[in-house]
Amino acid sequence: MFRLNRDPAKKPNSWRTDNLPAWGLFFVAPWIIGFLAFTVYPFFASLYFSFTNFNIINFSPRWVGLDNYVELFTADPLFWISIGNSIKYAALLLVFATIFDIFIAYLLSLNVKFLSIYRTIFFFPVLVPVVAASLTWIWILNPRFGLINGLLDLIGLKGPNWLASPDTAMLSLIFIAVWGSGRQVIVYLSGFNDIPRSLYEAADIDGASGTQKFRRITLPLLSPQIFFNVVTLIIFSLQSFSEVYIMTGGGPANSTLLYAVNLYNRAFRDFAMGYASALAWIMFLLILSLTLVIFKFLSGKVIYER
Amino acid sequence: MAVLQPTAPGRRAITREERNYLLRQRLKSAATHAVLIIFGIAFMLPFVWMISSSLKPNIDIFELPVRLIPKTLRLENYIDATNAIPFWQYLWNSTYYTIFATIGAVLSNTFIAYGFSRVRWRGRNVIFIIVIATMMLPFQVRMIPLYILFAKIGWLNSFLPLIVPNFFGNAFYIFLMRQFMMTLPRELDDAARIDGASEWGIFWRIAVPLSKPAILTVAIFEIIHTWHDFIGPLVYLRHPTKYTLSIGLRLYFTQYGAEWGLLMAAAAMFTIPMVIFFFFAQRSFIEGITLTGLKG
Repeated sequence: MFRLNRDPAKKPNSWRTDNLPAWGLFFVAPWIIGFLAFTVYPFFASLYFSFTNFNIINFSPRWVGLDNYVELFTADPLFWISIGNSIKYAALLLVFATIFDIFIAYLLSLNVKFLSIYRTIFFFPVLVPVVAASLTWIWILNPRFGLINGLLDLIGLKGPNWLASPDTAMLSLIFIAVWGSGRQVIVYLSGFNDIPRSLYEAADIDGASGTQKFRRITLPLLSPQIFFNVVTLIIFSLQSFSEVYIMTGGGPANSTLLYAVNLYNRAFRDFAMGYASALAWIMFLLILSLTLVIFKFLSGKVIYER
Repeated sequence: MAVLQPTAPGRRAITREERNYLLRQRLKSAATHAVLIIFGIAFMLPFVWMISSSLKPNIDIFELPVRLIPKTLRLENYIDATNAIPFWQYLWNSTYYTIFATIGAVLSNTFIAYGFSRVRWRGRNVIFIIVIATMMLPFQVRMIPLYILFAKIGWLNSFLPLIVPNFFGNAFYIFLMRQFMMTLPRELDDAARIDGASEWGIFWRIAVPLSKPAILTVAIFEIIHTWHDFIGPLVYLRHPTKYTLSIGLRLYFTQYGAEWGLLMAAAAMFTIPMVIFFFFAQRSFIEGITLTGLKG
């Protein structure tokens, strides 16, 4: 998705006088204005704020140099806890969601009957508003009267406390996120449907095994979708906030305190806007470097042309 | 997968090998359905549980063993839920926010994407790379300065900080619409230009009508996004009369966490508009997701 499509109709002499930048700029102008006001300004303001402390009463920044960054790295245990939690959350979600979504998309690609019904079912969680879904999950995972422990109770098992226990809270959140990853199933499904059947037939004639077909045909030809989903999933899961904030608020015992939740608390609960800006910048640099690493290592392996 | 042509009746009996093959295919298909049905049920259970709880009287809510089908139906939960919280007020606020945010997104992104796809100008690709690069910037970096900015100009507790930025384009939607507009045949523009159409005329008479599928996709994505939005209203709307359903419902939960019948009824009323909407827009929706994930 990040590749620029070359304009197929572009000819060497296409810069004619009737194509002066004026019209282009006219159409793009709203974006440029918005970019300056809602991206460039906050980008630099946030960098500046990260070197300041905010006075809560008159809301004015006071320069403190590197103090926020020093505190963050040396004196704030929540910073390290939240980084660890976010990495754990993103990594496990990436593994579980990718395996599960590819598996479901694969089954859906087998010319099954009732495809549109199945597709709707796996996509359905995306339609449930995050607050409605989160409240429902809190109720489902209620240690005593919730659906899951209630069902376990029927067969004589005592379920864990799920969101209320530091041992299971994080895993519960990850499974809920897998439940909500139907968008990826749709993307993978379109990838599977684009793989020509003839390739598998040719492989069958050559006597290829199932694993060989998967490694040599499916995986390479699915790589654009995998790349797209992996990149977006990592970027979004490192910024995850709403579900976690509603369901656990970062607890119990900070076991689900994700980076974005900690940042929100600092900014809008403690009103430590300067400190939170420093947190935001660390987050930005983290995501940026991670994205660059992924691009460097993965984009070369992606096969676009067929 | 090879598709076996059925033998014409009366021509020749199917061989044993063919029968085995057919049997294996049938078994495979049955196994596929079994797995899909098991996971499908698991995926729908939360929604079923939501509806089921929303119909139970409070005594049955806290009952063991659990029942999926309520013993007694209590439809009054839905009426009570609209009285327990200012439901209609929140619903209106959510609707208001969704309508204007979507209008902004559709107008601005169609307009901007045209400039990035159909008009040729020097510097276009460089600026487009910057558009894409802004997708890497986490919301959290912009959140604090924008909050302070909007606080200073007195926009807190209004929908302006949530709606106004939508009128200035969004990188993801610009990308999506540009990809779509690139595929429209350029000959149409040239023909219109020969007929004396202005750049504006080409945009309005040719690009906009032909881009309807992409415009619809942006509208659908934005409607869902705004209806679901939690963090935006959480940051900017601190006054109860401005709460959207997201904020109002969560607030009710934090105050009356045990009222599961009413909470689930309210959650269902919050969800159902999206479900109805999805059934009307299903095809464009699926196509839109495919469109975003496909183009290299």
